[in-house]
Amino acid sequence: MGKANPLMPQTVTVLDITTETPDVKTLRVAGKEGIPFDFMPGQCAMLSVPPVGEAIFSITSSPHCRDCLEFSIKRVGDVSGVLHELVSGRQLGIRGPYGNGFPVDEMKGKDLLFIGGGIGLAPLRSLIGYCFANREEYGHIDIVYGARSPADLVRKSEIGETWPEQPDSTVYLTVDAEFPDWSGHVGFVPSYVSELAFTPENRIAVTCGPPIMIKFVLQALEKLNFAPEHVITTLEMRMKCGVGKCGRCNLGSVYVCKDGPVFSLAQLNELPSEY
Amino acid sequence: MSAMLLNKDKWPEFVGKLSGKVWVPKVEEGEAIRFGPLSGEESKLPEYCNTRVPPKEIVFPETETLYCFQADEHEMTAPEIDERKIIIGIRPCDARAMKIVEKLFRWDVDDPYYLKHRELVTLVGLACNAPGLNCFCTSVGGGPASTEGLDIIMFDLEDRYLLETITEKGEALLKEVEGLLEEAGQDVLAQKEKLIEAAENKISRSVDTEGIAEGLPGLWEDPLWKRVSASCLGCGTCTYLCPTCHCFDIQDETEGFEARRYRTWDSCMFEEYTRHASGHNPRPTRRERTRNRINHKYSYYVDKFDLIACVGCGRCINYCPVNIDIVEILRQVKEAL
Repeated sequence: MGKANPLMPQTVTVLDITTETPDVKTLRVAGKEGIPFDFMPGQCAMLSVPPVGEAIFSITSSPHCRDCLEFSIKRVGDVSGVLHELVSGRQLGIRGPYGNGFPVDEMKGKDLLFIGGGIGLAPLRSLIGYCFANREEYGHIDIVYGARSPADLVRKSEIGETWPEQPDSTVYLTVDAEFPDWSGHVGFVPSYVSELAFTPENRIAVTCGPPIMIKFVLQALEKLNFAPEHVITTLEMRMKCGVGKCGRCNLGSVYVCKDGPVFSLAQLNELPSEY
Repeated sequence: MSAMLLNKDKWPEFVGKLSGKVWVPKVEEGEAIRFGPLSGEESKLPEYCNTRVPPKEIVFPETETLYCFQADEHEMTAPEIDERKIIIGIRPCDARAMKIVEKLFRWDVDDPYYLKHRELVTLVGLACNAPGLNCFCTSVGGGPASTEGLDIIMFDLEDRYLLETITEKGEALLKEVEGLLEEAGQDVLAQKEKLIEAAENKISRSVDTEGIAEGLPGLWEDPLWKRVSASCLGCGTCTYLCPTCHCFDIQDETEGFEARRYRTWDSCMFEEYTRHASGHNPRPTRRERTRNRINHKYSYYVDKFDLIACVGCGRCINYCPVNIDIVEILRQVKEAL
């Protein structure tokens, strides 16, 4: 049952680990010949640390990076906990890629609005990297990103330096409350989006973050008259197999691991409001 | 294909001659009936309506090793699945269930474990002469003598069995015991028809499934879900004993330097089943979990595979510790439509 076995991981090595925030680290991993598989932004992979277990994470790097895969991971459970304790050189199991990915072709020619919260930047970062690598294909890029505190903002060098310097792009940062070392915007992500009053004409909004943030961002975008077809989000669900068998990640008759994790608001409106 | 008779005196010889590991219903401690490997001491099949644990456990073990490895190393070895098995006395509902579940394990990506077990198993069913109090197979596409999923179907004719082959696998199996069988005549086939009719008439419970699959999503916020789940304990018995429930968890386990990753039956009725590592749970109470169980069987599966993922075996009704009754739930669903 070697290669045909979808539950059997392949081996990758941890190249290095960067501390992003008090509870987020970024792991760079690679197989013998660089990335272990091709993927599209928004797809996920099951990382495996035997004998602790497996958990699914979105791929944070852009597909243009061929040397390694990056995963920005928040420490919340058993597997993420042990991933945080790893040192470079350690081996990991990996299987994937899973899920549908973002509709990068449908987004061509459009202005893009990325809205992220906390660790929700992880999947968006793959897409943002993809769009910057294909800069001429996309219109103006706005990135609204927030976290609980300045210390919880991830990928600080990119959000602070790399992305604002890209042509025809704007980055808006916010944190939930006042902090002594923070002179930027203060407020929750959804209200910042309303405040910035983005226009829906020729624009696609892509949002990812904690469920409660997504809920209010979707409401904010609706008020700004974004059509449900032009609002895209990614959902997370507890997953075990990644291949539509183990049963738990369904929303109605769709499996988030196969048919998701990327959905348009129009699609979500057709599904049971379970999330 | 062929219709043969087996005198019950020849039962031990019959099961003893078959090539492969034979599984038969056995009386467990506490008088429950469960499938187990033939020990050689069985002179006949026990009296049973159906086993408590469905024979899905033979092709989809409650706990199954996916692969073994040495702790701290990444060389992984998947176990070989190569044992031929013959399940004798499986009821038609449980064989139909295997056919229904196979759709999922073949969908999109093949599940090599399930499909290998399934490929190596021969199903010799026993038609029901006396369906149970809570059987409702005839409402969901089955029947006491349904042959779906079976390789051979047997009919209990008091002192002998009538064996009819359904598939070539079944035909090949009968070849192995040719000497013990005699051809069945027209009179026996007429007797069989009468038995089937009598069995069907004994089924007293029914569900009107018309409009349920399409209508269920519209009842999402209906008060019925709170009502029907109010007494649920969340024990998961309904799903563990369900022949079509196939959800599983994947876990690692270590003993010394030996480690393995295995899958194990899981249940949508458990709180942890959908709970994210963050603590967020999309199905936080028994109301949402019950709603998902019914929707999955009677709407989502129909949507995906055009099949109801329930065979009407009645186990979830018989063994629910607080008497939650799926037939009653479906009656309330129908009423609310």
